[in-house]
Amino acid sequence: MAKITFDGIEVEVPDGTTILNAARQIGGSIVPPAMCYYTPLKGSGGKCRACLVRVAAGSAKDPRPMPKLVASCVTPVQDGMVVENTTNPQVLDVRKGIVEMLLINHPLDCPVCDQAGECDLQNFAFEHGVSTTRYQEERRTFEKIDIGPLIQLHMTRCILCYRCVFTADQIAKGDRVHGVLGRGDAAEIGTYIENIIDNDFSGNVIDVCPVGALTDKTFRFKSRVWFTKPVNAHRDCPKCSGNVVLWYKGNDVLRTTARKDQYGEVKEWICNECRFEKKETADWTIEGPAHIDRSSVISANHYELPVLNQSVVADLPESTTRDLQQNPPLKLGN
Amino acid sequence: MGRKLLTEHINVEGIDTLEVYRKHGGYRSVEKALKTMTPDEVVEEVKKSGLRGRGGAGFPTGMKWSFLAKPEGVPRYLVCNADESEPGTFKDRQLMSKLPHLLIEGMITSSYALGANTSYIYIRGELLYVLRILEKAIAEAYAAGFLGKNILGSGYDLDLHVHPGGGAYICGEETALLESLEGKRGNPRNKPPFPAVQGLYARPTVVNNVESIAAVPVIVNEGGDEYAKIGVGRSTGTKLISACGHLNKPGIYEIELGLPVEEFIYSDEYCGGIWKGRDLKAVVAGGSSVPILPKELILKTAAGENRLMTYESLSDGGFVTGTMLGSGGFIAMDETTCIVRNTWNFSRFYHHESCGQCSPCREGTGWMEKVLHRLEHGHGHMEDIDLLVSVAKQIEGNTICPLGEAAAWPVAAAVRHFRHEFEWHVTHAKEAAQPGAVYRPSGVLV
Repeated sequence: MAKITFDGIEVEVPDGTTILNAARQIGGSIVPPAMCYYTPLKGSGGKCRACLVRVAAGSAKDPRPMPKLVASCVTPVQDGMVVENTTNPQVLDVRKGIVEMLLINHPLDCPVCDQAGECDLQNFAFEHGVSTTRYQEERRTFEKIDIGPLIQLHMTRCILCYRCVFTADQIAKGDRVHGVLGRGDAAEIGTYIENIIDNDFSGNVIDVCPVGALTDKTFRFKSRVWFTKPVNAHRDCPKCSGNVVLWYKGNDVLRTTARKDQYGEVKEWICNECRFEKKETADWTIEGPAHIDRSSVISANHYELPVLNQSVVADLPESTTRDLQQNPPLKLGN
Repeated sequence: MGRKLLTEHINVEGIDTLEVYRKHGGYRSVEKALKTMTPDEVVEEVKKSGLRGRGGAGFPTGMKWSFLAKPEGVPRYLVCNADESEPGTFKDRQLMSKLPHLLIEGMITSSYALGANTSYIYIRGELLYVLRILEKAIAEAYAAGFLGKNILGSGYDLDLHVHPGGGAYICGEETALLESLEGKRGNPRNKPPFPAVQGLYARPTVVNNVESIAAVPVIVNEGGDEYAKIGVGRSTGTKLISACGHLNKPGIYEIELGLPVEEFIYSDEYCGGIWKGRDLKAVVAGGSSVPILPKELILKTAAGENRLMTYESLSDGGFVTGTMLGSGGFIAMDETTCIVRNTWNFSRFYHHESCGQCSPCREGTGWMEKVLHRLEHGHGHMEDIDLLVSVAKQIEGNTICPLGEAAAWPVAAAVRHFRHEFEWHVTHAKEAAQPGAVYRPSGVLV
C-alpha cells in the first residue's frame, strides 16, 4: 500500500495505482479530467495531457519534486507522494492551454453534433477553458467516412485520444487492423477500421469516443441527447451481458448504449445486436431510469427523481438510491 | 591541434574493410575487454571516463549503463540510435559510412559490458547506403569471429542486427525507436517505465547514440582516466561537431571539448571564418532544436567570459543567455540571414515531424508554423509575437517526449534574442514579404 497526499487530502491505495485512480478514490471536484485515459482499455492514457498534475514530492524516500508536470493517468503513485492539482495555479494554467490546443482544430459544430450534451470535450472546455480563441488560421478538415452501415467516422472532430484504437485492439484480440495513419495534425484514425466492422463488438468504439467523431448511424440526427430519457434495461443475450441503457423519446427507443460509470467509462461491453438491432421495448426487461452520473445535461435535469415511484421499480441502482436519499422527490399537492 | 580519438584514421584508404581497420589497431578493445576484463570493469571504465551521451541530452553514459535492470534469466538489449535526423546534425552518418567497424567494435564491447547477447543498430531510413556499408562490415566481423557464438573463445555470444527506420524524425526518440524496432508505429512511450527497466520487447534495454558507442573502444583501450584528461570539467573527451551554414569550411570536425567557440568558427584549423567576408549574425550550436544565440552571446557568455565548446559553458546563463551543446549540429548564420524565415523553416520541420500523439505538440507545432508563415509573408500582427512565445510555453514541458521542447525552444529563443526582427516584419510587412528580404538595423534591404 502507498499513502499519498492529493490536494491536501490523504489517501491510501495499493502499490502500482496511478495518481488519477488514487484521486478517483477521493472523488469529487479534485479529480483531474481525463480525455484519453480509459480504465477498461489497457495501454490507454498519457496522450491528451488534460490530467497533468504537479508532483511536489516524489516519494517518502526521495521527496524531491518532479521537474515537469506528469500525466496523472499513467504515473504510478509512490508512498509519501504529494500531488497538487486544483491547488496549483500552474496546473490550472497548463490545463487551460490544453483546452485551447484541443479546440484549435476542432470544428466546434456542437449545434449539429450528436455528442453535444454528453461530450467530454464540451465539458472539459466549459470547466477549464477560456471563452475566446487566439487561433485565426484555417482548421484541418477531413471527409466523413462510413465505417460499415452502422458507424460513421467524422475525423474533423477527433482529438486523437486513441481510445477506439485500443478498443479495436482489445476486441479483435491482437488481430488488429485498425490504427492511426499519418503524423502530427494530419494524423487520422485509419480506414482499416472498416475491417473490424464484422466484429460483434465493433459498436463499442462509439461509446468510448469522448467527442462526436464516431457516431451511431441509427441515431444520427434523430434527437438532441437531452430530449431523450435513459432507462436501464437488460435482455438475455448469448454474446454479451445484455446490460444496456435504452434512450427513449416518447415510446421510441432511439438508441442503445453500454452502461457507464461516473467517469464515463463503459462497465461492460455490449454486442452489436443489442446496440443496433433491438430497438423495441418488447426486446428488453426494463429496470428503471438510468442514473447518468457523468457531467451531462441528463443528470442536470434530475428528471428521474420526481417521477420515480420507488415502490414500483425493483432493484434500483445504488447511485439512484443514494441520490434519492440526498434529494427526496418533490411531493406533488401538499 | 586537438587529439582525434575517433576519426584519426577516417581518411585511410580501405578503412571500411576489416583488414585495414585491424592494421590500424581495430578490435583491440574487443580483445582486451573479452579476454582480460569483466563486464563490470568495462562499465567502471566508461563511468571513469566521464563520457556523456553524444545524442543531445548529454546524460553520463556510464551512469545510464549502471541503471540497467539485470533480472536473472531475462535477456537484455543494447540498441544503437543511428536515426540521426536533426537538421544541422550529420556526424553519425559520416562516422558510420567511413568507419563502420568502429561502431561495430563499440557495439561488441558495449554489449559485453551490458551482458546483451542481441544488439541492434537502428539506422535512419534515408541512409540506405550506410546500412549496406554496415551490413557488409558486420558480415566481415562475423567471418572473423568478432560476432556470433563464442567470440574469440571467450564464451560470449553476440548477434548484431541493423534495422532501417521508415524516415521519421520522431523515431530518434528512444522509446519511439523501440516501438518502431518492434514493428509498431513510432510513437514515444509514456515513462515510467524507462527503457532501462522495460525497453525493447519489454526487456531491460540501453539506447545509446552512435558517437557514444564509438567512443567506448577508445575508453577501453586507453582507460577511462586517460580519456577523462581530455576536456574541461564534466565535459570530457572529444566531440564530433558537424558545422554547416555560412562558413568558409563547413564539415565535420572532431574537437577536444573545451575549445573556444570563437576559435572553432574563425581559426583556419576549423571552420575558417564566415564566408564571403561577411559578419556572423547568429549560431544554433547543437542542432536545430537548441536555442539560437546572437553573435555576442555565442562568442562570450553574459558574464563576459569566453564561450567554450562544453556542455556547461554553452548552457551558461540558462536559456536566457545560453544554449546547449546538443548533438553538435553547429549552424552558423551570416548577416544576410532572416531570422524569422529561418525560425519558420525550423518550425515547419517540427510540424511535419510531430507524431501527433499528444495534444500540445500535435496542435501547437502546426499553430506556431502557421503564425510564423504569416509573419514571414507580411500578414502578421504585433500580438502574434507574444502569441508565439505563449504557444511555445504551452508546449514546453507538457508533452510525452522531448520533441515538444525541441519545437518550442527555437521559436522562443528567436523571439527572445531577435524580437526587433519580428517586429520589423509587422511594421514593414510589405518589404519583409519580398523574397530574400532581411532586417538590417539601418533598415536597408539586402
